[in-house]
Amino acid sequence: MTAQLETERRPLVELQGVTKVYGMGTAAMQALRGVDLRIDEGEFVAVMGPSGSGKSTCMNILGCLDTPTQGKYLFKDVEVGSLTRNQRALLRRHHLGFVFQGFNLLKRTSAVENVELPLIYRGIKAEERRSRAARALAAVGLAGWEHHTPGELSGGQQQRVAIARAIVTEPAVLLADEPTGNLDTARSIEIMELLTAFNRDQGITIIMVTHEQEMAQFARRVVQFRDGLVSVDQANGEGR
Amino acid sequence: MLTNTLLLALREIRRNVLRSFLTILGIVIGVAAVIVMVTIGGGATAQVTEQIASLGSNLLMIRVGQHMGPGQTTSAPPFGLADAQAILREIPAISAVAPSSSQRLTAVYGNANWTTTANGVDNKFFTVRNWAVPSGRQFLETELRAGKAVCVIGSTVVKELFGNQNPLDKSIRLGNFSCQIIGVLEAKGQSTFGSDQDDLVLVPLRTFQRRVAGNQDISLIQVSVAEGRSTDKAKNDIEELLRIRRHVIGAENDNFQVRDMKEITKMLTGTTQILTTLLGAVAAVSLLVGGIGIMNIMLVSVTERTREIGIRLAIGALEREVLLQFLVEAVVLSSFGGLIGILLALTGSIGLASLLKIPFIFNPGIMVIAFLFSAAVGIIFGFFPARKAARLDPIDALRHE
Ligand SMILES: Nc1ncnc2c1ncn2[C@@H]1O[C@H](COP(=O)(O)OP(=O)(O)O)[C@@H](O)[C@H]1O
Ligand SMILES: [Mg+2]
Repeated sequence: MTAQLETERRPLVELQGVTKVYGMGTAAMQALRGVDLRIDEGEFVAVMGPSGSGKSTCMNILGCLDTPTQGKYLFKDVEVGSLTRNQRALLRRHHLGFVFQGFNLLKRTSAVENVELPLIYRGIKAEERRSRAARALAAVGLAGWEHHTPGELSGGQQQRVAIARAIVTEPAVLLADEPTGNLDTARSIEIMELLTAFNRDQGITIIMVTHEQEMAQFARRVVQFRDGLVSVDQANGEGR
Repeated sequence: MLTNTLLLALREIRRNVLRSFLTILGIVIGVAAVIVMVTIGGGATAQVTEQIASLGSNLLMIRVGQHMGPGQTTSAPPFGLADAQAILREIPAISAVAPSSSQRLTAVYGNANWTTTANGVDNKFFTVRNWAVPSGRQFLETELRAGKAVCVIGSTVVKELFGNQNPLDKSIRLGNFSCQIIGVLEAKGQSTFGSDQDDLVLVPLRTFQRRVAGNQDISLIQVSVAEGRSTDKAKNDIEELLRIRRHVIGAENDNFQVRDMKEITKMLTGTTQILTTLLGAVAAVSLLVGGIGIMNIMLVSVTERTREIGIRLAIGALEREVLLQFLVEAVVLSSFGGLIGILLALTGSIGLASLLKIPFIFNPGIMVIAFLFSAAVGIIFGFFPARKAARLDPIDALRHE
C-alpha cells in the first residue's frame, strides 16, 4: 500500500543536505544545518518546532525567496540554487502561492484588487482577471466584500483575502508561514478548514508553519524542526 | 506588459492623491514658469516689432556721423537742404524726403515750463512718419516759406503745459521766441526705444534755422521709399549719392549713416529675445528643482512602500517590472504635472499679458517642449528611486515595518 502510493506520487519539492548560514566570520549564524526533506504533490504538511529552529528560513528557501548556502533544492526537478533572481521570480509567479502571518495585503487597496495582483503579473486580461478574483473571494467566503479595503476588514477576513490571492493563480504549492499566528482560535479553525478544502478539492500542495498543535491536526504530515535540523517527520494521526 | 504597468502605476497614484500632488508641485510650477516667461517674452517681442512697423517699414533715416548712438555727434560736416533735394531728385525709388534739424529747449506757457525737443520740419515730416494731426492742421506753404512763428506740438507737451485746456491758437515761448500752436499731433505713446515719442514740438524748418539754430544745417533726413521699391536698393543709392556729394573717397569710411527699420527691428527684438531666453533659463532651473523634488519624494515613497514592493516581488514581479512601475509612476506624475502646469501657464500668461498690455500669443511649441521636458524629468529623476525599489530583497522588504 505504502509502496504503491510512493510510486504514484511525484516529488514536488526536495531539499538535500540544505544548510543556510546568515552573516560571516564570527557573526555567522547557522540557521539550517543540513535539512533533507521531500514533499510530494498533493500533500498537506505542517511544519512545527520552537522559535528560532529554522522554520521560516526553510520556508523562504522552499518559496524560492532565498537560496541555500549549501545543498540542493529541487523544485519539480529544477535545481533552484542555480536559477537567477528573475528565474526564481518567474517560478514563484507561476507555481507558488504565499500566505503570511501578517497578511501582507496592499493597503488602501480593495480586496478584489489585492486578489487580482498576481493575475496582473501573469498578464491575464482585465475581464478574466475580475471574474477569477471574484470567484476566489467567493471561495474563501468573502462574496460581497470585494470592494472593502484591508482597513475595513477583520483579521480573519484579511487572511482569507490573502488566501484568495494565493490560490487565485491555482499554484502547485501554497506556502503559509504561521497563517493563524495573529488570529483567535475560532478564526484560525475557519482558515484551516479553508486550507484543507483547497488541498482536498483542488489538489494544491500545502506547506504550513504553525505553533499550535490544534492547527497542525488539519495536516496529514507533521515535520518537526530543532536547531536547524528536521527532528521528527511523521504522518499525522499515526497512533491516533 | 506596459498597459499592466500603467494600470498599476495609475492605481498607486490614485490611491495617494495628496502625496502625488505634492510630488508634482515643483514640476507644475516649473512648467508654468517656463511657459509664462516665454509667452510673455514672445508677446513683448511681437509688440516691439509691431510698433516699429507702425513707424513705417519703408522709412530710412539718414544721419550725420559714423555710428548711431543716443546724442552722438561727430566732427563730420552737416547736411544741407540741397542734400535732401538731391536725394529726391536723383533717386526715383524715393517718394518723399523730410529734412529736419532739432535741439533741446524749454517751452513755457504761463508759469508752466517743460523741456522738450524742438524740430524744424516741413509737411513731408507728417508723410514719412505717417503721423496725423487730428486737431488743428499742418503748416501752410506760406508759413513754411516765410518762417512764421507757428508750431504743432506733441500730446505730452500739451499735457505738461496745458493740462486739460485746449492748446489750439494759444502761444508758447520756445527758447527766445514765442509761437502760436496750430495743431496737435496724434499720440503715439512710449516708443520701443524707451523714449516718449509725443514729447516734441514741430516748427517750420526755416523758423527753426533762423530763430533756434542760427544756421542752415540739417541733422536728419528721413525718407520714404516708394511702395513696391526695394529699401536695400534705395539705401545703396542714397549712400552712393551722398558719398559723391560729401566727397568721401574710395575706402574711406562714410561720414553719415543710412539706417532702415529692419536693422532697428533686429536690434531691438534681439534684446527682447535675449531677455526671454534668460528668463526662460531661470524658469528651466526651477523645472530642474521640480525634478529633484520628484526624486526626493519618490525615494521617500520607496522606503514607505518597502513592504508593498516585498509583496510584489514575492508574488513574482520581476526586477524590471518593479523598476518600470516606479518609472511609469514618475513619468505619469511628472507629465500630469506638466499638463497642469500648461493649464496654469495659459491662464497665467493671458492674465499677465493683459496686465502688462502685451499681446498674448499662443505658442504651442513651447508647451510641447515643456511637456516633453517634464516627462523626461520623470524618467531621469524617477530612475534612481525605481532602481532602488527593484533591487530590494523580497524577504527583507516583507519584514520591513
Ligand atoms: N536575515 C537573517 N539574518 C541573520 N540571522 C537570521 C536571519 N533570518 C533568520 N536568522 C536567524 O536564523 C535562525 C532561524 O530563524 P527562523 O528561520 O526565522 O526561525 P523560526 O521561523 O523557526 O522561528 C534564528 O536564530 C534567526 O535569528
Ligand atoms: Mg518564523
